Amino acid sequence: MRGQGFIFWLVAAAFLIGMFALTLGVRNEYPFFAGYVILQFIVLATAWNILGGYAGYVNFGTSAFFGVGVYIAIMLFKAFNLPIVVQIAGAALVGGVLGLGVGFLTLRMQGIFFSIATIALTIIIETFITNWKFVGGAAGIQLQRPPVTAPFESYVKMLFFVQAALVVIAVAVARYIQNSWIGRGLQALRDDELAAECTGVPTLKLKLIACCLSGALMSAAGAPQAMYLQFANPESAFNLNYSVSALAMALIGGTGHWIGPILGAILLGVTQQLLTVTISSEVNVLILGVMLVLFVVGAPSGLIGLVARRVKRGGGR
Amino acid sequence: MFSLDLLRDAVVLGLLLGCFYAAVSIGLSVSFGLLDVPHVAHPAFLVLASYGVYVLNEYGIDPLLAGLMLTPVFFVIGLGTYWIYYETFEKRGQDQAVRGIAFFFGIAFIIEVLIILALGVDQRSVSAEYIGKSWRIWDMRIPMRLIVAFGVAILLIFLLTQYLSRTFTGWAIRAVAQDEGALRLMGANPFKIKRWAFGIATAVLGMAGALLIIVAPVEPTLDRAYIGRTFCVVVMAGLGSMSGTLAAAIILGVSESIVLTLFGASWAPAISFTLLLVVLAVRPQGLFGR
Repeated sequence: MRGQGFIFWLVAAAFLIGMFALTLGVRNEYPFFAGYVILQFIVLATAWNILGGYAGYVNFGTSAFFGVGVYIAIMLFKAFNLPIVVQIAGAALVGGVLGLGVGFLTLRMQGIFFSIATIALTIIIETFITNWKFVGGAAGIQLQRPPVTAPFESYVKMLFFVQAALVVIAVAVARYIQNSWIGRGLQALRDDELAAECTGVPTLKLKLIACCLSGALMSAAGAPQAMYLQFANPESAFNLNYSVSALAMALIGGTGHWIGPILGAILLGVTQQLLTVTISSEVNVLILGVMLVLFVVGAPSGLIGLVARRVKRGGGR
Repeated sequence: MFSLDLLRDAVVLGLLLGCFYAAVSIGLSVSFGLLDVPHVAHPAFLVLASYGVYVLNEYGIDPLLAGLMLTPVFFVIGLGTYWIYYETFEKRGQDQAVRGIAFFFGIAFIIEVLIILALGVDQRSVSAEYIGKSWRIWDMRIPMRLIVAFGVAILLIFLLTQYLSRTFTGWAIRAVAQDEGALRLMGANPFKIKRWAFGIATAVLGMAGALLIIVAPVEPTLDRAYIGRTFCVVVMAGLGSMSGTLAAAIILGVSESIVLTLFGASWAPAISFTLLLVVLAVRPQGLFGR
């Protein structure tokens, strides 16, 4: 276990150093612009999996948390001109509190009722933001990026690195949960909540932890979005496409292990970036939907399930 | 600023609107309320039906007739959907619930994108004699399209309620909702009954889709708003209660119409979802639940 932990942190450090080196070495802006989106989806899918994969509560409200992150960042920037790191921290804080609220919903709602409630939350928050003039209302808001600080030479490259750091944080959190008593407890309540409660698993506490962390990470992933696009409006910030993407990426990658959502997000994220450039953005949602349906029907354990089966078969020969 | 006249108008319009909401939700009341299928794609099928009606209307077919023509097509789609759902999720047991929900969510998105690819993101509407005219009672003007939708909706709900309470198949459907195991012991096949019921629930969408596009223009992503409306109605009604569906839909319609008059259209999308959340939190078994 300890050896594995060492390797994990070594890989994480190598990943961050590699990303940082890229921002220094590559002049072209475009790879960072595209790479940012893929990193963002790794964070979202990993965060979704903490609640959806480990605890079995299907959250359709990824876009609610994402949008809250976007708008908290805008508020902090517009009102107090705070730097990006503080914006992200603020967004994570509010996302975590919102997550706690969603966690209390799980007391009375399970299965599809919980999922529908999270969509409801998305639309309600979106409607409030739409009617709030300070952050631009329905028309949206234009933002001017502040000057970038050294060592980064452009704002997009800095955001890219910030998002890479969020990836490391999200994956580390997911990995910690999976390997600790929290993960085992969540797994128990996913299989049978009543039985888990009866044998002394503190189900509410575990669900609250999972919802809070998941929500905080989703909002943190959304916070840099406003600066990335230099524009935000409620319709795009709260778009249900974020919900379906996070869910699809986690399910396609495999929900049982923290590596699953990463694989799913990379596979779908790269495909989407290629398709958006070559065909159209509608087609990439179509591919996402079709792959989601194919995987839930044909490969219930996702990519990691397929790989595991292949390995097992190979070992048998 | 706010007068009794305005309130009266809002209530009357809300009542008509409510019956229309009942018509678009009654299918879900069967598939989700009675059969426990997490049918998040119900509103997407509804919008698909509307686009079907739009395409047929382009050839000069009356929207209501077009809706009727689509009914058998949607019946078959319903049979197929339930068959896939049963084979891949229901048969394998409880731990498939997460994937079942994701499955229907994926289907909804696929339908949305296919409509966008085929017909674009623009709003579409149909033309017929009764669309655009209005009916005067005293000093009120009621749009004819709402009255047509109201009449057809009432007829639709009446027929479906009669079917479920008077016919042998209807009894079987309600029996399978109550106790599937007992039905199996009686020598009946629950899968066949549920597949048939799901087919009926989807077939109704042919007509409901026609009403949807008669009442207002449709766009491909309209299903997102109707997730709130249809699930709000079905949950508020108490799962599977047909008369409850009508009452709950009227409550929703009147509340929407009053809030719209008071605060403006930008608050409209939140109403159904707020009502839904309140019902789920306070009275999850619904107002008229079993």
